[in-house]
Amino acid sequence: MKSIIAVLAGAVTLATSFAAVSSEQVNIYSYRQSFLIEPVVKQFSEDTGIKVNIVFAKKGLAERLAREGKHTKADIVLTTDISRLMELEDKGLIQAVDSKIINTNIPAHLRDTDNEWFALTTRVRNIFASKNRISNTDISYEDLATPAFKGKICTRSGKHAYNVALVSSMISHHGYEGAKTWLSGVKDNLARKPQGNDRAQIKAVKQGQCDVALGNSYYFGKMVSDPKQKVAADAVNIVFPNQNNRGAHINVSGMALTKFSHNKAAAIKLMEYLTGNNAQTIYAEVNMEYPVNVAVKPSALVASWGDFKADVLPMSDVAKNRKLALKLLDEVKFDL
Amino acid sequence: MFIKLNKKWPAASWLLSFLIFLPLLAIVWQSFGHDNDVFAHLWRTVLPDYLLNTVLVVFGVALLSMLIGVPMAWFVAMCHFPMRRFFVWAMLLPLAMPSYVVAFVYTDLLEYAGPVQGALREFFGWQSAADYAFFDVRTIGGAIVMLTLVLYPYVYLLARTAFLEQSQTLAQSARMLGCSPWQSFKRISLPLARPAIAVAVSLVAMETLADFAVVHYFAVPTLTTAVYDTWLGYGSLAAAARLSALMLAMLFILISVERLGRSKQRHYQRNTGQEAIARYALSPAKGWGVTLFCLTIFSVAFLVPFVSLIEMAISYFDESWNDQFIEYSYNSFMLASTVALVCVFIGVLLGYFKRLSQGKYSAVPAKLASTGYALPGTVLAIGVLIPLSLFDHGLNNLWQYFGEEGPGLILSGTLFAMIAGYVVRFSAIAIGSIESSFNKVTPSLDMVSATLGMSPLKMLFKVHLPLVRKGCFAAALLVFIESMKELPAALLLRPFNYETLATYVYQFVSDEQLEHGALAAIVIVVVGLVPLIILNRSLEQQH
Repeated sequence: MKSIIAVLAGAVTLATSFAAVSSEQVNIYSYRQSFLIEPVVKQFSEDTGIKVNIVFAKKGLAERLAREGKHTKADIVLTTDISRLMELEDKGLIQAVDSKIINTNIPAHLRDTDNEWFALTTRVRNIFASKNRISNTDISYEDLATPAFKGKICTRSGKHAYNVALVSSMISHHGYEGAKTWLSGVKDNLARKPQGNDRAQIKAVKQGQCDVALGNSYYFGKMVSDPKQKVAADAVNIVFPNQNNRGAHINVSGMALTKFSHNKAAAIKLMEYLTGNNAQTIYAEVNMEYPVNVAVKPSALVASWGDFKADVLPMSDVAKNRKLALKLLDEVKFDL
Repeated sequence: MFIKLNKKWPAASWLLSFLIFLPLLAIVWQSFGHDNDVFAHLWRTVLPDYLLNTVLVVFGVALLSMLIGVPMAWFVAMCHFPMRRFFVWAMLLPLAMPSYVVAFVYTDLLEYAGPVQGALREFFGWQSAADYAFFDVRTIGGAIVMLTLVLYPYVYLLARTAFLEQSQTLAQSARMLGCSPWQSFKRISLPLARPAIAVAVSLVAMETLADFAVVHYFAVPTLTTAVYDTWLGYGSLAAAARLSALMLAMLFILISVERLGRSKQRHYQRNTGQEAIARYALSPAKGWGVTLFCLTIFSVAFLVPFVSLIEMAISYFDESWNDQFIEYSYNSFMLASTVALVCVFIGVLLGYFKRLSQGKYSAVPAKLASTGYALPGTVLAIGVLIPLSLFDHGLNNLWQYFGEEGPGLILSGTLFAMIAGYVVRFSAIAIGSIESSFNKVTPSLDMVSATLGMSPLKMLFKVHLPLVRKGCFAAALLVFIESMKELPAALLLRPFNYETLATYVYQFVSDEQLEHGALAAIVIVVVGLVPLIILNRSLEQQH
């Protein structure tokens, strides 16, 4: 029992000493890996003298935020996917930010109508087609369900947030039954059970296991920049689907201010910074994502893929159909 | 038994086990929320498949770990064969390998796009998958093998401890009565070691049940997948909690069936700890056969992944190097040591209480405190957060009631929450391993001590602890190593900017580039190896 008391006492001292630090700081709960945001955050701290603290986890941060309630130390939440942002809003865990700087930097369709959440970068759900075996790169998501692609498609788990978002958008465009027919068609065309990550799909195309693969744009960019993975990336063409009609499906990474933020002023400063030129340039150059700030250009590599037409379906619609999309994936047993 | 315990022992045991059980209670409480739609939908669609996968994986891993761990333990403990001294500790090394690293390395090596199949294709001139047959690594079978590789050391370690603690007089009698090594294994050693093996296998089963990383990599959806789908996808913590409760129930049934099977058995041994073991001399052919067996397992479970890590670390050294490794290692080490100490303390207290108490329910505290191990880490973390944050809020409200500003969150979001999470998760290991050591101490020792007027506390220190110290050592080691690798609870419960080696590596694993975290993964393994070797030496010296 003594040791428990000792540990308890230690924890209390630690907690109180932690709380005693009073210089300006911002605390972040991040669904994004710390190493991806560290370059930006470091620059921010150098420019402003505000210390930034991070907890990264892939699951459960919203739950932690909810349990901590008004005593939470977190000021900002960073996410990798639109549905997480909507989840925070639905649970009432975030608050609106009215900042001229942010509103100028981020186009209206990439932020919440109530300004509770903001996109920071966008990414395309591309199709990657074998250079050798697929000559016609005018492919739509709908084409993937046609007999022409029988046994030729590779993808990661359907339950991954990026695929769920794509299925949600299909529900928005074709209705539940239409999307179901499409998803069954895609499942029948799979070259193998959904597995691995987005990079693994491109590698599988290179190895001849399949001819087309679904994947996010920045993964391809990163593979091209990595000497070891370039070989696989060089074997595929990056395809922007549905250019003849509604355009390619996009998803966002984003941010929101927590409802009970205790460092609101500093937090908003950081949020503004993240939408500004410096941060957006790092996002573009290091992470190969599309910046939301129109004043910042994508990296040279990303720009070389050319302009494309993006699906203008509101982000909130994509998030709204999330549960339906999951149901659909269960019903057609996409991963099994 | 007849020894009178004063009220402090039962009170402490019940209170402690209740505290450890609180997070699970919170999860069970959550499961009463109304969310039947999601649950019904899952039943209608994918849940039967998930359930089947879960049962197959859990049974497969349990069985295979036993088939590898038990014979290996017996060979190492009781026989002479080439390189035995090396294997004594080498067979433990896979324990230091995080399962998510092993899974990553093997899928990378063996999948279609990986180097092994690539080389085969190049060598034989095959063009595509249709030209040849190669086992698909991402299957149930693959997941079973992978989990076994990291989990069999439990069985090996606990079974070996049991074999070593077995009274040598029995083995000698068997020998004199003409038993062959095989017969003495089957008739004496195995039945005597059964409680320890049962504990080890149930630990393996629990860990398998809670695993997400490996089955996820291997694209084998199990109940854990369903738990995360329901919670994170459908946003229903109630349905997720209900699934978790279902998993716990399954496990309870399994363990009870095993206990029922040996409820009539009682074996006690008089072991002074001073007896020298007379090992069987195996014939050269058999001896080398055993060596080959051990060598194969060692290579597959440890050498290949470790060498792959080193190779990755070399080719990605610049990306992989980080100045803060020492800080991360220190964090991991301190955390793991604290947790190991606390867990052993819990194991001894509950085990001793169970032994001495005359009450009908004296075994309940140990069982209650063991359940945390089978829960998926993130769910458990939420379970820990619920009571801790309730406490924090209560405390702050109390402060406010007196017109003061509260201290904020002093338990949740601090190191205390992390340690609590780890203890809840890993106390099962300590309880199981210490309990099986207690079981081997003959009750006549208690009787003698009591007759001589020893108090229970004095008896614990003078009589029992010296006899069960090996069990305690093994428990501390296992908890330490598990804590070094622990991930989901660490991720969610940690304070700001607090990084352990495991959480650092995980960032890269989750971004699909273990290469960049390879160096840190090597540090996890190496830091885990140090206590492992020290401990093993101390175990060996006593024999």
